[in-house]
Amino acid sequence: MRHGKKFNHLGRQAPHRKAMLANMACSLIEHKRVNTTVAKAKALKKFVEPIITKSKTDSTHSRRTCFRYLRSKEAVTELFREVSVKVADRPGGYTRILKTGFRQGDNAEMCFIELVDYNENMLKDAKTKTSTRKRRGGGKKAAAPAAEVTEADTKAEVVEEAPVVEEPKAEKPAEAKKEEAAPEAKAEEKKEAPKKDDSKEEEKGE
Amino acid sequence: MAHPKRRTSNQRRDKRRTHYKAVAPTLSSCSNCGAPTLYHRVCGECGFYRGKQAIQKEVAL
Repeated sequence: MRHGKKFNHLGRQAPHRKAMLANMACSLIEHKRVNTTVAKAKALKKFVEPIITKSKTDSTHSRRTCFRYLRSKEAVTELFREVSVKVADRPGGYTRILKTGFRQGDNAEMCFIELVDYNENMLKDAKTKTSTRKRRGGGKKAAAPAAEVTEADTKAEVVEEAPVVEEPKAEKPAEAKKEEAAPEAKAEEKKEAPKKDDSKEEEKGE
Repeated sequence: MAHPKRRTSNQRRDKRRTHYKAVAPTLSSCSNCGAPTLYHRVCGECGFYRGKQAIQKEVAL
């Protein structure tokens, strides 16, 4: 009987499933971010996090234990050299699942699963490779045009919240210009101010 | 074993199906670009999630 044995078989027999999870874990350790279905990501999370925890103690025994799961020399080396150092002071929870939408064809729910400590690096790398980004590209350069954009936005739609990250930079020039304009604009800004503060606090909380 | 005595008529079948309705998903708007997004999903337009850039999206030209 399978009473209480709750884990996702993923439509595979045990050896097939183990092999697939091993491959996915190796890919995750190598690339730090993998695009997959939510079901597989959740299974992978349960598979790979104990291995990462194991990698915190660098001994021959723990290396062999991890190799037994991963079955890849390269992945084990990467895990013990790079990843274990990065996650050294993190008490579990090494991966993050970001749901992205539904796949064409079978409408499966897709997601990214990534190593939490590598997220910032990945975004930076991507920026250097391809310079065509939608918004908020490189801080200083983006600040000047972004200020104009936010100003235009606030005039058009006062109620809607402005973009979160750029607020401190964007708001100063906007305020200076608006004080010259009608007093109504000041009142509108005061209304907006508490909302923005809330959003900042949320960011800190995360 | 029990068996149905009568075939379900077209009318009975169709009346049963009057309650099968599509449900519209609950949408919110992206905090960055304002595009409609599903809750707990990364924005499909700009790649933002919870006020941060989660995924890099190419600009569609």
